[in-house]
Amino acid sequence: MTLAIFLTLAVVSVFFSLLMVFTKNPIHSVLYLILTFFSIAAHYILLNAQFLAVVHIIVYAGAIMVLFLFVLMLLNLNKDTEPQKSVGWKFAAAIAAGLLLLTFLGALKGSIQLQQVANADPAVGLVKNLGTVLFRDFVVPFEIAGILFLAAMVGAVLVGKRDLKI
Amino acid sequence: MLEIIKSVPIDYYVYLSSILFCIGVFGVLIRRNAIVVLMCIELMLNAVNLLLAAFSTYLSDGQGQIMVFFIMVVAAAEAAVGLGILVMIYRNTKSTDISFLDKIRN
Repeated sequence: MTLAIFLTLAVVSVFFSLLMVFTKNPIHSVLYLILTFFSIAAHYILLNAQFLAVVHIIVYAGAIMVLFLFVLMLLNLNKDTEPQKSVGWKFAAAIAAGLLLLTFLGALKGSIQLQQVANADPAVGLVKNLGTVLFRDFVVPFEIAGILFLAAMVGAVLVGKRDLKI
Repeated sequence: MLEIIKSVPIDYYVYLSSILFCIGVFGVLIRRNAIVVLMCIELMLNAVNLLLAAFSTYLSDGQGQIMVFFIMVVAAAEAAVGLGILVMIYRNTKSTDISFLDKIRN
């Protein structure tokens, strides 16, 4: 049963990500990517990483993709046809990506020997446990992430200003 | 013990993440709209996130999921700055086609 759910979700996420790559209209690309993100959030719920699933939906579907959609609408790029790369280039790209996939699968096939944890804690992905790990072992990276956000915010504002006078 | 650890081998998550990552690489290579290229990079980051979360659950270790949070932080910052740069490029060239940007080569 769980395997069937996993396989269904896997097929859905691969299907929507392929649609995202192949559809011509950028707006449709954004919408298909949002669907892919929702299927990945479902994967997180299947892995019992519930907090991660909620944060994923809020951050990706709620913030990042809205930003992408906003910029697309702002620049008025929602045309049905955009300039395409040549067929030869697409063929070369398909071969390159396929070879990369083949390398990944060949290198990773059968190489993962996971030691089965004897008494696996099913509550590892819940808020209580994750908060303990975050604020006990990862306080310094957490603060650095805050500084990174501040720098990114200032940088985005500076880049976006029309006529900058320093 | 979670149901998924017993019924789904970790290899399946490795394969799924590899496929999603390669779709992202393919999208970066074939699309010409710079915004869609940024979206494909987000897809690649998500493939890595999924694999980290899977290993975190299978090894019953919360540190993998914390790493996913930090990747999300970097992805959000990258999207904000990247889209800012794109709006700037659009203002100067009236296009977001990445093939206009090879002028820097000369």
